[in-house]
Amino acid sequence: MSSEPHHDAPAQGPDLAGPDTGMAPGTIPTSGHAPGHDEHIHPAPRNPLFRYIFSTDHKVIGIQFLFSGLIFFVVGGLLALAIRWQLAWPWSDLPHLSALWDSSAGQMPPEFYNKLVTMHGTIMIFFVIIPILLGAFGNFLIPLMIGARDMAFPTLNMLSYWFMWPAFVLIVFSFFVPGGASEAGWTGYPPLSTAEWSTPGSLNGQTIWLMALLFAGISSMMGSINYITTVLMLRAPGMTLFRLPMTVWGLFITALLQAFALPVLTSALVMQLLDRVAGTNFFSPTGLSVANGPEEVGGGHPLLWQHLFWFYSHPAVYIMILPAMGIVSDVISTFSRKPLFGYKPMVFAIGAIALLGFIVWGHHMFQSGMNPALGATFMLSTMMIALPSAIKTFNWLGTMWGGSIHFTAAMLNAVAFVAMFVIGGLSGIFMAATPTDIHIHDTYFIVAHIHYVLFGGSSFGIFAALYYWFPKMFGRMMNETLGKIHFALSFVFFNGTFFPMHIVGMHAQPRRYADYTGFELFNNEAVIGLNQLMTVCAIGLGLSQLILVSNFVASLVAGRKAGANPWRANTLEWQTGSPPPHYNFERIPTVYHPAYEYSLPEAESDYLPQTEPRPPRAEPLDHIMA
Amino acid sequence: MWDFPLFPQSASTHAPKVDAVYIGLMIVSAAFTLSFAFFVLYFAVKYRRGSRADRSGIQDSNPIAEAVYITVPTLLGIGLFVWGALVYFELVSPPGDAVDIYVIGKQWMWKAQHPEGSKEINELHVPVGQPVRLVMTSQDVIHSFYIPAFRVKQDVLPGRYTTLWFQPTKVGRYRLFCAEYCGAEHSRMGGWVTVMEPSEYEEWLEGSSEQTGMAVAGEALFRQYHCSGCHGGNSTVKAPPLEGVFGGPVPLLNDPADPNSGVRIIQADERYLRDSILRPKDEVVAGYEPLMPSFEGQIPEEDMLKLVAYIKSIGRGRTTRPTTDRGMQDGEGAPSNITEIMGMGTGNGGDAR
Repeated sequence: MSSEPHHDAPAQGPDLAGPDTGMAPGTIPTSGHAPGHDEHIHPAPRNPLFRYIFSTDHKVIGIQFLFSGLIFFVVGGLLALAIRWQLAWPWSDLPHLSALWDSSAGQMPPEFYNKLVTMHGTIMIFFVIIPILLGAFGNFLIPLMIGARDMAFPTLNMLSYWFMWPAFVLIVFSFFVPGGASEAGWTGYPPLSTAEWSTPGSLNGQTIWLMALLFAGISSMMGSINYITTVLMLRAPGMTLFRLPMTVWGLFITALLQAFALPVLTSALVMQLLDRVAGTNFFSPTGLSVANGPEEVGGGHPLLWQHLFWFYSHPAVYIMILPAMGIVSDVISTFSRKPLFGYKPMVFAIGAIALLGFIVWGHHMFQSGMNPALGATFMLSTMMIALPSAIKTFNWLGTMWGGSIHFTAAMLNAVAFVAMFVIGGLSGIFMAATPTDIHIHDTYFIVAHIHYVLFGGSSFGIFAALYYWFPKMFGRMMNETLGKIHFALSFVFFNGTFFPMHIVGMHAQPRRYADYTGFELFNNEAVIGLNQLMTVCAIGLGLSQLILVSNFVASLVAGRKAGANPWRANTLEWQTGSPPPHYNFERIPTVYHPAYEYSLPEAESDYLPQTEPRPPRAEPLDHIMA
Repeated sequence: MWDFPLFPQSASTHAPKVDAVYIGLMIVSAAFTLSFAFFVLYFAVKYRRGSRADRSGIQDSNPIAEAVYITVPTLLGIGLFVWGALVYFELVSPPGDAVDIYVIGKQWMWKAQHPEGSKEINELHVPVGQPVRLVMTSQDVIHSFYIPAFRVKQDVLPGRYTTLWFQPTKVGRYRLFCAEYCGAEHSRMGGWVTVMEPSEYEEWLEGSSEQTGMAVAGEALFRQYHCSGCHGGNSTVKAPPLEGVFGGPVPLLNDPADPNSGVRIIQADERYLRDSILRPKDEVVAGYEPLMPSFEGQIPEEDMLKLVAYIKSIGRGRTTRPTTDRGMQDGEGAPSNITEIMGMGTGNGGDAR
């Protein structure tokens, strides 16, 4: 359809004699737009099976990831509520759910509690946050924001979604095998996970757990390769790397991080699988005797698993936060009607977090008997990773400074992300400092920290992204009033649920205890009272999400029609229809400037889409940034 | 009612130092969080859409501001690191006069044994004011030995020894937990640490100890497992004698299979003794043939501790470490290689060589 030979279109506005000139496509062959490539627009398949289910369209795949992620969000949330129930009212009947376990008294057996803890962590991390941030928003947004028709490898993209399905089936199926689902914790430490008789979940459930994670890992790997290639090769003319929106930067660096870290987890999973089914001894030490059984030949070492696991799983924390950082950067800039403060420092900060993220994994293992010289090294690197994170928060603050702030539901969630990330990041310093970590390790302080980062951070980031891009995904607006109510309740209940965990954690309440009331230290009004407060807030937090669900469904059906650009934003996805056509852009757009040209004094309106040249009189906003 | 102090009880020399770091971090965190919250709310109100705030002179990036907010957190971070590292090194460097107590974790109990032979389950009696070093291992899965009142925690792993030390400062009974998730009854795996006056402790030891101490029991096992057949004084097989080995330097072949591969020197510590029994072919003493069979899977962990205690009792005392301000006795350093690694390993006191 498009007949414009864009590859030699004027990629440069007159104002672009900056240092990035050399990167403009057309002058550098790696931009990947071979002449005439986009002139073939593939129509959407007519067969609904290939149009909506086995689709290779990145938008459909993104929405598929979004829906399956949200469904597992509900599952993981219900598991969390069952955990909280046991913690607030230990051993009391869980309403209507006692049939799940075979117990005449109706109490939750400790094994079941351990399954809840394990599966809550596993599902939230591997089946909710990573698939939603990377699978859903990564897929949906990357081609739209860089001005491409689709991912670089559409079929691989489809496969990356369908490889999640064996993982979905296996993880649910694992509840029904003899012994039940895995109980080794989401960290799956051997020998608890490898010795079959150490705990019922290690009988069969752990094998299924390993296979599920392997499938999820393969899916993520396919996605990563696709994202990296797409961002590097398929950018629209004029879309230099330093004109990419922060969302794309976040997703791109996350994909790099994942591509380098994931193989380590995959090999560790295979090794543990072999230990369990093929009799190898990668992780079983000599003379191990579980449940007074015969001693094992052994020869391996359980610490090996911890190193391999955390070598992936610490970067995984950044995999779960960097895309959200990118998202809130865009949301805050759009609704402050102001350029992002310090764009390049932001990009370098994300890169620094990713690089440092590879050398901090040892802080999960300070108590494992690590050589103190190594421990001190990890302590230093962990302290240093706080630095780029601090730069980012200051820059978000700088973006709001002097803006014209419009508090939409998306903006509220984005600001909440920043505030909660500050708390979660600062509580991380207590873990970086080894002396305090030795005390708080494996207590509720850690649980508080991870939830401030992953719920306060990632999940509020997901909410912000949902409210912000819902109109683009489905062509209708979400209800703003319901959105604000949902935000306010979530924010209050979130803090009510997780802040007290810092306090009981400092008082040494250990995590993963099915019953802490057996100890006088915790069996008092204060600790039990705080736990009940947390549970009440957690139930409130769960119920508040019903507002989101109903708003989502109602808006999907009857929301106000959204125009192409309801937020008056600059990035490319808003310069095409809502929802975008199958081929995204009628013509591949040409990009003239960075994504954050808001409130230019020379411009007529307070925004300037990336597809429109800057007014001739305008100076570059800032030489560092432009 | 809500009698809820900020910190749990504090009953060891570590506790005030750890709490001081904690308070320091808290002040830094609170300062950042509150000033951040203030600015967010202030900007949110002042620069809300439609407000008449003065928006001139606002920048989109500011090199001076960036330099300040990069430098200040960096310096703070380095300062906190140095402070934390100093406390950390103290936490992992037991003083020379610490008494050793042996601990085994298993699903779901803690077994402790004193050198004099007293055994305890889910209990640990220690004298007040006396540095205590725990040498710990696990029979099955990973556990973690955690005494909140002492601010100490150490994972206990199968297949290796880990150590932990503390110096109690207050007589009393303190809770002991397993902190590393270890299976169904994880939340029931706990116990008590009882800190006693030294005189009471002596009485308790005498009252509860069996006639044989660990080393004595180990000597019997030394014969029972036929160790004495080769390592004993009258044996005909050429095996290294064990007297004076522990705590001293041992020359090992670089390549256990090749007598001409050159020699490295290690310090004989508990780990070395244990590994030499279980995997004798991995570390071969220079000048000897690798003849010894492996005892893997033949010696239960409790017997292993007794054997190690016996071999220690005929050794030179502990491996040495540099003198600290605690006034270490000659030859009584604790096995800690941290100070050596950190470049402080000069001036070895004692008569170890």
